[in-house]
Amino acid sequence: MKLLTCPVNGPRPVSEFAYGGEYREMPDPATASDAQWADYVFNRASLPGVKKEWWYHVPSGTWFLAERDVQADVVHRTYLFGEGP
Amino acid sequence: MTRLPPIPGEWIDRTRLLAFEFEGRSYTGFAGDTVTSALWGSGVHVLGRSFKYHRPRGVLSFANHDVNALVDDRGSLNLRADVAALQSSMRLAAVNTYGGVDNDGARFLDRLSAFLPVGFYYKTFHHPRWMFPYWERLIRKVSGLGAPDFAAPRIRTPKRYDFCEVLVIGAGPSGISAALAAARFGAKVLLIDENARVGGSLTYARGGASESYALLQDLDRQLRAQSNVRVRTGTFAAGYYADNWVALIDAHKMSKVRAGSVVVASGVFEQPAVFRNNDLPGVMLASAAQRLIYRYAVKPVQRAVVLSANAEGYAAALDLLSAGVEVRAVVDLRTADDESPAAQEVRNRGIPVLSGSCVYEALPAPGLTDFEGAAVCRLHRDGRADVGTHRYFACDGIVMSVGFAPANALLHQAGGRMRFDERTQQYIPDVLPEGVFAAGRVNGVHELGARLQDGERAAHMALRHLGRGPASVEPPVAAETRCPSHPYPVVEHPEGKNFVDFDEDLQLKDFVHAVQEGFDSIELLKRYTTVGMGPSQGKHSNMNAVRILARIRRQPVGDLGTTTARPFFHPVALSHLAGRGFAPERRTPLHSRHERSTAVFMQAGVWMRPEYYSRDPKSKAELVLEEALAVRRDVGLIDVGTLGKLEASGPGAGELLERMYTGRFSNLKVGMSRYALMVDESGVIVDDGVVARLSEERFYFTTTTTGSATVYRDMQRLNAMWGLECGLVNLTGAMAALNLAGPRSREVLADLTDIALEEPAFPYLGARDGRVADAPARVLRVGFVGELGYEIHVPAENAAHVWDALMTTGARFGIRPFGVEAQRLLRLEKGHVIIGQDTDGLTTPLQASMGWAVKMDKPFFVGQRSLRIIEKRPLKQKLVGFALDASFVGPAPKECHLIIRDGQIEGRVTSVARSPALGHVVGLAMIAPEMAAGGTRFTIRVDGNQTVEARVVSTPFYDAIGERQKAAVPPPQREVLPA
Repeated sequence: MKLLTCPVNGPRPVSEFAYGGEYREMPDPATASDAQWADYVFNRASLPGVKKEWWYHVPSGTWFLAERDVQADVVHRTYLFGEGP
Repeated sequence: MTRLPPIPGEWIDRTRLLAFEFEGRSYTGFAGDTVTSALWGSGVHVLGRSFKYHRPRGVLSFANHDVNALVDDRGSLNLRADVAALQSSMRLAAVNTYGGVDNDGARFLDRLSAFLPVGFYYKTFHHPRWMFPYWERLIRKVSGLGAPDFAAPRIRTPKRYDFCEVLVIGAGPSGISAALAAARFGAKVLLIDENARVGGSLTYARGGASESYALLQDLDRQLRAQSNVRVRTGTFAAGYYADNWVALIDAHKMSKVRAGSVVVASGVFEQPAVFRNNDLPGVMLASAAQRLIYRYAVKPVQRAVVLSANAEGYAAALDLLSAGVEVRAVVDLRTADDESPAAQEVRNRGIPVLSGSCVYEALPAPGLTDFEGAAVCRLHRDGRADVGTHRYFACDGIVMSVGFAPANALLHQAGGRMRFDERTQQYIPDVLPEGVFAAGRVNGVHELGARLQDGERAAHMALRHLGRGPASVEPPVAAETRCPSHPYPVVEHPEGKNFVDFDEDLQLKDFVHAVQEGFDSIELLKRYTTVGMGPSQGKHSNMNAVRILARIRRQPVGDLGTTTARPFFHPVALSHLAGRGFAPERRTPLHSRHERSTAVFMQAGVWMRPEYYSRDPKSKAELVLEEALAVRRDVGLIDVGTLGKLEASGPGAGELLERMYTGRFSNLKVGMSRYALMVDESGVIVDDGVVARLSEERFYFTTTTTGSATVYRDMQRLNAMWGLECGLVNLTGAMAALNLAGPRSREVLADLTDIALEEPAFPYLGARDGRVADAPARVLRVGFVGELGYEIHVPAENAAHVWDALMTTGARFGIRPFGVEAQRLLRLEKGHVIIGQDTDGLTTPLQASMGWAVKMDKPFFVGQRSLRIIEKRPLKQKLVGFALDASFVGPAPKECHLIIRDGQIEGRVTSVARSPALGHVVGLAMIAPEMAAGGTRFTIRVDGNQTVEARVVSTPFYDAIGERQKAAVPPPQREVLPA
């Protein structure tokens, strides 16, 4: 079973985590066009490469970000929101 | 008897004699024997029948891939005789026979083999088509191995979790060396081996001398002296999984081991030579013969021809000689003389050595079960046998030592890439993933001294992966100077029966046929011929298959690739894998009270909730009606503890709720509550509940039963992202909740609480903290079922006490516990929507006619921007109330029945029930907007393709102005309700 490093609890088996989807910057609702907004809500790039993702450590209720190469399934780093590089 | 006198290091305990039966006859063996060694030691040579042609088979590998020697021991199926430990009073039978292994009724199939070529089944049994089911039944019967005992007891096997810093797989010389090297640097080492004892080839490949045994004793002593090395024998690594997670299997259990780094020292599988009748009992691999001698003190054969293509073959010849076997000749496939000391010694002892020669065929006595001799020919330069040079050697066994294939399945599973090394004629690791290392023969290192070095090198790299160990990198181990494997140990014969795959009875010609039919890539060849698909998974056949394909295609072996190695390395009993059923259900703290009241439970998400409370002999419909009427007339009590219960506190708590929910909460007064609706980013309804303001900066709020986990989770994420000063606590499990509802509810509660209940002290939608039945309680005045009602939240540990107090006090008011069914009915009369029942994954608040709960003029809430787009567009559907005429009789509509207009689907029923308060059927339906106006009549298609007329009516159906839930003292209105 894969290990994932929770920034608070350290490396834990992946079964303790829930995937929270790709991290996306929300466009400003006041200025975004309908098309831009719809793109933000509905479209995801399923391209291989390194992605920034939300992950949740279920037992401790910790949300954090992971930079993961989704093609190689290698996690480069994990950090709490706002504490990243 | 063919037992030898005691041999130093033998694995059997001669003081413990075990009696057992095989095929109805009685035999004895020793403790420590395997089934095969006990039988072979008792002179039994036909251990099983082959899969397809039912040919007699004996010992081939003696290393867990002799799959023609499968035996049943009463309930235990398909034991591999070569490795199954002998136990007293075993009653064994060979699995693949009709009437016993000696006189198998299906042995005639061998003579029909010319008519049963590879691919025969695919081609023959599909025409005519209607016959296939008949053939299928027959083929399944013929091809099955073993007969399951359906009365076998259920066996629960434990699962263990284990950890180590360095896991070493394989306890041969390189594995032991790796384990010792890692241990010397203080690492916690786990060393495993599938054999009963450590030592690998040191336990059997002695070359007729004692040095290797002395080395083994020395290594064993060192292992015992290292307290940080745990040794587990009789244990194999079945699979490698992500991040060095390895499944270890022993006789009793599976252990899931997380290792810091892994050293794979799994060694090699010796490979057979391919010649006619190479499957007769008595033809065996050299390592099999050596294991019989040194582990079990069994003389493998009396008179042998050794077929060799490497130094190991000569060493094996010396081992045979030391066991008293007469070695008639050593036949060497190579033309050049072997210069190893063992070969010198063989020549010195006067054993005839025939270089550049092959065994052309093994010669059976009639019936195939006995062996007469070997026909030996010189080899042409092109690799064919020169039949003109035919020489006959009388013997009862042929011992083969022509090459090895690496046991690299785990390295493949770990994601390693192999390359074919022409010099050693072996696949060796080219690129290995981080933290995984190979050592010894699987790494292409065959000389004993080099293997010890290679183990140490791998251990040092494994330590460095963990950030410890020696600073300097070990020098690379010297490259192998000789070739242990012959590039093509295959001899053609016009009459065939030169087997490549012993599991599936595949002969050389089958591969030629497959390529002629166009199946000429290794993956296609595998599927067409089924090579490597039998129980041994190609351990003795894949390498020769690849060599044969390369020869047919005139390509280098390394260009062909290999088939994929998947878990498991050896078969694993299903009982080892099966876990206990784990479908957790949650129970509320009041579960025991519901049981006592004979509740009938239903699942709501993960929760068990009372559907209704049974009372014999009444039907469910009657009881649900009674429960609903009790609430309307007097008072009822329902457990709503499955609701999600959250608390938000801090200066940012109000802002968080403003952003999460569609409604406005900044202006919510302390001590009051408000309905809360949640939509997702696309504007679709996902949850609802009630938000109560406890103080300026503290809110208590509920979610739906099924939504509590995800709502809490989403709130945590957005709270972290928005950086609001707000703490969130999930009290779902900590708090119980009971809804006391009905016109008499205030009277019941008044006796039990210090909270002032009168209007206007505790108005509709008020929220109060106080005590109920002496327990700390939070009481919300809500109206989900449309009557005066109080939702009482108490700590879970007080729930049963409060329930009992309410039931006792309520008795004189006619209180009844009510279940989910009655609650659904009551809320439907009020037209209240259940999220997920009346809405689906596309329903917006506008469609659900809940625009009143959405404050679009707020600065921001999740989904607001999407709703702005949606509100500009015409609605596609709308949720409306409907009613059937009071005079309606017949099959009533059900949920999900369709609304039809002009043959088109225009909507569907989402909730429907006969209202006891109104006396007719009411419901909610999602319907085309142009049909949503009040009074519109529409048609519902019900079961049996009948139709029912309905008309759109406004909601709530019952008590439209809501005076009953708000009324200061609601009058009991018994007269309006049917008796």
